[in-house]
Parts: sequence; structure tokens; C-alpha cells
Amino acid sequence: MTLTSPDRSGQSPLAPASRAIDIIGADLTEASLTRYLRGLPAVDAVGLTNRAADLGSRSIKATSKAWALDKIISLIDLTTLEGADTPGKVRSLVAKALTPDASDLTSPRVAAVCVYGDMVATAAEALGSAKGEHAPGGINVAAVATAFPSGRASLRVKLADVADAVDAGADEIDMVIDRGAFLAGNYGRVFDEIVAVKAACQRADKSFAHLKVILETGELNTYDNVKRASWLAILAGGDFIKTSTGKVAPAATLPVTLLMLQVVRDWHRLTGERIGVKPAGGIRTSKDAIKYLVAVAEVAGQEWLEPHLFRFGASSLLNDVLLQRQKISTGHYSASSYVTID
Amino acid sequence: MTSNNGNTNAGSNSFLDYAPAPESTAILNLKSEYGLFINGEFVDGHGASFTTISPSTEKTIATIAAADASDVDTAVKAARRAFDRSWSTISGRERGKYLFRIARLLQERAREFAVAESLDNGKPIKESRDVDVPLAAAWFFYYAGWADKLDHAGLGANPRALGVAAQVIPWNFPLLMLAWKIAPALAAGNTVVLKPAETTPLTALLFAEVVQQAGLPAGVVNILTGAGATGQALVTHPDVNKVAFTGSTAVGRLIARQIAGTDKRVTLELGGKGANIVFDDAPMDEAIEGIVNGIFFNQGQVCCAGSRLLVQENVHDEVVDRLKARLATLRIGDPLDKNTDIGAINSAAQLERIRTLSQAGEDEGAVRWSAPCDLPENGFWFAPTIFTNVSTSHRIARDEIFGPVLSVLSFRTPTEAIAKANNTPYGLSAGIWSDKGSRVLAVADKLRAGVVWANTFNKFDPASPFGGFKESGYGREGGRHGLAAYLAPAESRSYAAPAMKAAPAVAAAAAVETPMTDADPQTPTKFVRRKGANK
Repeated sequence: MTLTSPDRSGQSPLAPASRAIDIIGADLTEASLTRYLRGLPAVDAVGLTNRAADLGSRSIKATSKAWALDKIISLIDLTTLEGADTPGKVRSLVAKALTPDASDLTSPRVAAVCVYGDMVATAAEALGSAKGEHAPGGINVAAVATAFPSGRASLRVKLADVADAVDAGADEIDMVIDRGAFLAGNYGRVFDEIVAVKAACQRADKSFAHLKVILETGELNTYDNVKRASWLAILAGGDFIKTSTGKVAPAATLPVTLLMLQVVRDWHRLTGERIGVKPAGGIRTSKDAIKYLVAVAEVAGQEWLEPHLFRFGASSLLNDVLLQRQKISTGHYSASSYVTID
Repeated sequence: MTSNNGNTNAGSNSFLDYAPAPESTAILNLKSEYGLFINGEFVDGHGASFTTISPSTEKTIATIAAADASDVDTAVKAARRAFDRSWSTISGRERGKYLFRIARLLQERAREFAVAESLDNGKPIKESRDVDVPLAAAWFFYYAGWADKLDHAGLGANPRALGVAAQVIPWNFPLLMLAWKIAPALAAGNTVVLKPAETTPLTALLFAEVVQQAGLPAGVVNILTGAGATGQALVTHPDVNKVAFTGSTAVGRLIARQIAGTDKRVTLELGGKGANIVFDDAPMDEAIEGIVNGIFFNQGQVCCAGSRLLVQENVHDEVVDRLKARLATLRIGDPLDKNTDIGAINSAAQLERIRTLSQAGEDEGAVRWSAPCDLPENGFWFAPTIFTNVSTSHRIARDEIFGPVLSVLSFRTPTEAIAKANNTPYGLSAGIWSDKGSRVLAVADKLRAGVVWANTFNKFDPASPFGGFKESGYGREGGRHGLAAYLAPAESRSYAAPAMKAAPAVAAAAAVETPMTDADPQTPTKFVRRKGANK
């Protein structure tokens, strides 16, 4: 796959991603893609934030809360993305993913562990037979790739990064888009990169690792940009659209996630196909996470509350949920020392 | 029970069937009987007392005294006495302190007021908690600030209060309408006699307790409960200087007739048939939210509701589809449940009116769609409903329904949108949805409505004047304009002159003959600048 360099008129063809051809037409060029994205209805920031606040005011109690807490755990991508990560740290993370609450084995497992590419093999080995969503109680290994978090590398390097992770056994690839190209209006470049990464997600047996496309909404800055980038990522073949790397503030916010949920809902209206959404970074409490569940259920639909369609990218969220679970089962709040740090 | 029936997979195990989250009524300490609040005390009424019920269950909440003409007279006399002896003599700063105190007490007792309002009116607790009560407090805070700054109200230095204000308010926002009426009146130095609506007296009576708590001089605020006859006796009482009414256009007309020929000042805030105009470049998701908020807020029982949806024809079907999908997720049920979006209709009579007009819509050929939902057995309920294929000549496009019923019409060009929006005897509110700022401004400029919202709807602020064109009434409430409605310029003859008390009717007639100010229509022609003065 070679990257098409768009000419001044934007008329050279883009990579032939089937979704984009179905929606925009066979003569897919940067110009036609740009026209399509600019033609999307605008977003009113005040209205969007009001709607998010409104959804955030739902009162989730009793049985609904208990259900929500377990659901949140099952939707977590338990994450460690530090320069200081070691094999020991990753094995510890995997142990936590498998047994979130040592004092209560009824706790569900998380959906995936999310690590840097070089830690994929370690994570896969630590998971053993529990690796992969098809194993009973299985947990996926997600790898961030494409020169995460900045994405400032050549396409060749990015694709090698992806291929390495997939070869090491990654079930999911979390890629970053080229925000610089996006902000420069170079939508075709961003598009072609996603298509190329998608191709690199293909394994030897022709199956694909799930592709999550990180928009880094904190750098896109406007809701209109987030909306366009969401559509772009879906048109290029993303399986998930993800808010943030967690390395840039603001990371996931409820209004941004709400907007992305509206996009996947609209994509479903248009094509019947369901795309996943992953807010990542900044969601630390059960209370916050429940607001996201409400937004998913009321905006996209309850069918989205499954690990293949919705994830939380989080590290500290899990422990807060576990404390809330303990509160429900014992009737009183536990100290933070009653949950394990990793 | 709150139910959510729109979702296709909503089963008994559905997350969307949120577990009940009722607001506790334990905070309410209601009495079984309430008297009239006259001269700082609760007293018995001489009319036949009545009960107020909860519209969501039809259960009785309390027995309420009714005021007859003699009670009205006692209350007006108390208000006059309070005006003469205390309220008009203390400084604006002192009045402001009382108003700040009321505002703070409303905030302190906010939960109690919210529960009482939802219980008595049927509106969802999230609205009474997040809109009605906070705004009522905001209104008192805002006008408290004005009390010592009346020189800047636009009437020149040392403007004077009018005297006794008779205020009659509706049942759709009982506490908020009370605040809209009482706060500016007191700030300007008037005393008031207020009659809440027959079906929603509860929060006004709780407010009487706040008045006592705040230590207001006796008689400054009087609350008379009762039905239409009480209101009529109040507005026609000869010693009343100002009449402020919010309610139906029919009653507004009646009041205007009854007080014609007297020197009573009057402001009327009446019905509406607001147009909500959606252009094809609108921010779509937010427009859908705005349409929902415009007509289903408070079950559509809002005078400024966006009850006529004007959609540009090229996006009509998409808007209607999205609207239906959104309405299917609204949660209708127990007003006290924190997750309820749509509560009960306020009364059996109002429900009947909504049903009649909706039937007329079907009979005249419009296509009816109601959100699929189970309505509770008891109480007054009406499912959110939209009518498509509506023509401008249909009754549902002309008459104010005052319920959760939206009439959808289409237009092709901005000119047509403006013409259709203005093609109503009313002129209270309008909304514009477009991402293009220049279009929003150009269209807003041509809409004959007291308030035009752009890319939002049903937003209120105490600093912003509110009122209508044409049959939606006259006068403005809120902001500096709302304050001026309770003031007269210093050089004009005081409406509260002692002579009036001796022979009110005669004095009133005489007052009209005396020379007045520039702004008055009675002014000789050379001072009149009518051209720029149209509102």
C-alpha cells in the first residue's frame, strides 16, 4: 500500500476503501471526501454540552446500578502505557484483568488489556489460554501502534509498528490519526493512512485485528472537527472510533463521546452496520462511567453496551468500580486498601 | 412508574428500564389545610374551600381556602396599609435586603419547593429542581439588586412605585410565575396581592411561609387562593393600581375590558403559538433536542412553547424520523422520579382540551403519531404527539393547545418561513435553527415575536425581558423593562395619592385628566415621537 499524495486539485484517487466507495462514490478523491465531510450537518457546541449534561443527570440506582457496575468492568480496556512499563508490570496488569477483585470472584473480567506494541508478547503469554475474546472469559490484547501517541513518523514506520504488534499476537490495534494532516485540511492523507493501517492489521490467516482509530479529540479542538474525523475514520474502515491517547488534555469528555455516539448511530441508520466507540483517558469514577453508559444506551442504543461496540480506556476506573461493588455487597464503603493497586 | 417503551429491546432486564429513583417527599411538611395569607398571617377564607390534587395520582394534597370579595377587600386594604406605612417609606437598599433574604430562603428550601411543585403541578422533578426553583430564586436575586438602583430603570430620577399590585398567575409554572410577578413589584416598592391558579396553590402558600421567615412587614405580600371569581374580584378592586396577569388570551381580554376606563396599569402575558423554524443547515442533533425541549418541556404547557415546527421541505422527512426516534426514548411517568422526562397534564380540564384539539387535528386530515408508551392508570396523561401533514389552516396550527402536541409544517424559502411564522394572532416566541449566523439575524429581525431563540429554545434569564406581540399580550416582564412596569416617573401624579383612597373610582378618572409625561399617549402632539416608539 502506498500513500497517495494529493495534488492541488485533490483529484487523484484515494485508497479504495469499500465503505467510502459505497457512500461517496467510486470516484473517491480527496476533493470528494472533503466535500462529503464538509457537508455533514454542523454541531452546536452549547446544545451538545447541554444534552450531555442532561444525560449525566440520570439517577441510576439499586438494581440498575449493580448491573451498570458489572457492565462497566466488562467494557474496560485495562491500560498501562508508560515508558517505564516492564514485563513485570504488564504481567501484574494481566493478573488484575483476570481477577479484578481477589475478595470477590464473582466480578466479571475486563474486555482487554491495552499495552505498547513491545509488550504484546508478554501480555499474551501471561493471559495464556484466557487470551482472545473467543476463549471462555477471554481477554483481548490491544496494542497502541502507529508511533503512538503523537503519530509523528513515516507511514513505513507506522505500518511496521502495526505489523509487529499483530505478529506478536495483538487482537486489537489502537492507531492514532495524523492530526497535523487533518488540521491542515489534508483529509486524503489521513484517510489513506487509516486504510493502510487497516490492511496491516491483517494476519497471515487473512483475519483482521480490530482497528480502533484514535482521533485525539483534545487536539482537534472543535466538535465539527471531531465529527468529521469520526466519519473519516469510519469511511476508511475503522472498527472503533476512540477519543484520545490519554496523553493529551482534555482526553475523553462526555460531550465528545456523545457526539461520536451520534455519529455511529447515524452510520447505523445509513448502512445497518455498527461501529464501536471508545472513550479513553480521564474517566476515573464509577459515577462518571455510568454517565457514559446512559449516553450509550439512550443515544446509540442498548445493543452498543457490549465489548465489541463500546470500551472504556482506563486504568484507575476499575478500582473505583470494585469499591462500589463491594459497597453494594457489604453495605459499607471499603478503604482503598481493599482493592489491589495493579 | 417510569416506563421507557420506545426502545425496541426494552425488556424487564433492560438497563433502560432504570430502577425507580423517586425524590423523597419526606422533606415536605405540608398542612392538611391552608388559609389565605393576608397581612402576614394565615386566615380563614369566606369562600367555599376546595382541594388541590396531585395530577399524577388524583390524590388530594390539601384543602385550600377560597377568598371571596370581602377577603379580597381585606387583602387589598392590608396591602395599601403596608404600602403607605412601611414599604414605600423604607429605602431601596432595605427593600433589597428583604428580597435577597427571600432569594436565599428559596435556595435553602429548594428541594422542598421542587417536590411541592412536582406534586401539585405534575411536572417532572428534574424540571422543578433544575429550572423552576433555581430560576425563581434567580429572579429574586436579580430584582433585589435593582431595589436601590431605580434611578437607572429608565424613568429618570426618583421614580415612584405604583401602589398595590393585583397579580394573577397561571398553573404551568406556579412558583416561577410568582417570582416573575412579586420580585419586580417589591423591588420597585409596590405591595402585592397575588392569586395563584386554582389547581396549583401549594408553592405560593409555601412561599407565604418564606415571606414570614424573611420577616417582611405585614401586608407587603398577600396570597389569596381561589378560582376565577377571586381573580376577578381582585383585578376589579377599585384600590388596586396595577394589574399583572399571565394566562389565557380569553381571560386577558376579559381583564382588559373590566379595567378599561380606570387608571390601573396593566401588563398581560397571554397565549402563544410559537414557530420553531428549522433550516436545512441546522445543527441536526441539537435541533432535534431543541424541538423536543420547545414543545415537550413541562408537557408543552408553556405559553412560549414552540408548538408549530416549521421545517425546510428538503429536510422534513429526516427531521420527522429523527424526532420520532428521539421521542421514543422519552420517559413518561411519576413526576417525582428523577429520571422522568414527561410528567402529568395539570388537570382533567386541560387534558380534555388537549384531547379535543388533537381529535380536531385528526378530523381535519393531519397525520397523528404518538410516542409508544404505557400511560399510568390514574392521573392525567397524554403521550408526546406530533402531527405531520399539517396545513396552516388546521386548528392545530392556529389554536394554542397547551399540551405535548407538535404540529409540523414545511416551508421552502426563508421568506415563506417568516410569513408562516408570523401568520398567527399570537406573537410570543419563535426559534430559529441554522448554522448560518447571518441568516439567523436576518430572520430574527422579521419575526413578530417577543422572544426569538437562535439554536436553543425555552431559555429564560431574569435580565432578559419577556412578553408578547399582538394577542400574546402587552408589557414586558424581566430585565429593566419588567421593573419599569411597576414604576411611574417622579413627576407624574402618584397613583397612590391619598385622594384616591377616599373615592377610588372618581379619583382614577380624574387622574387621567392631569398632565402627564413625555412617554404618555396623552401628551400633546408636539412631544410625541411615535414613529420610533413601536415595540
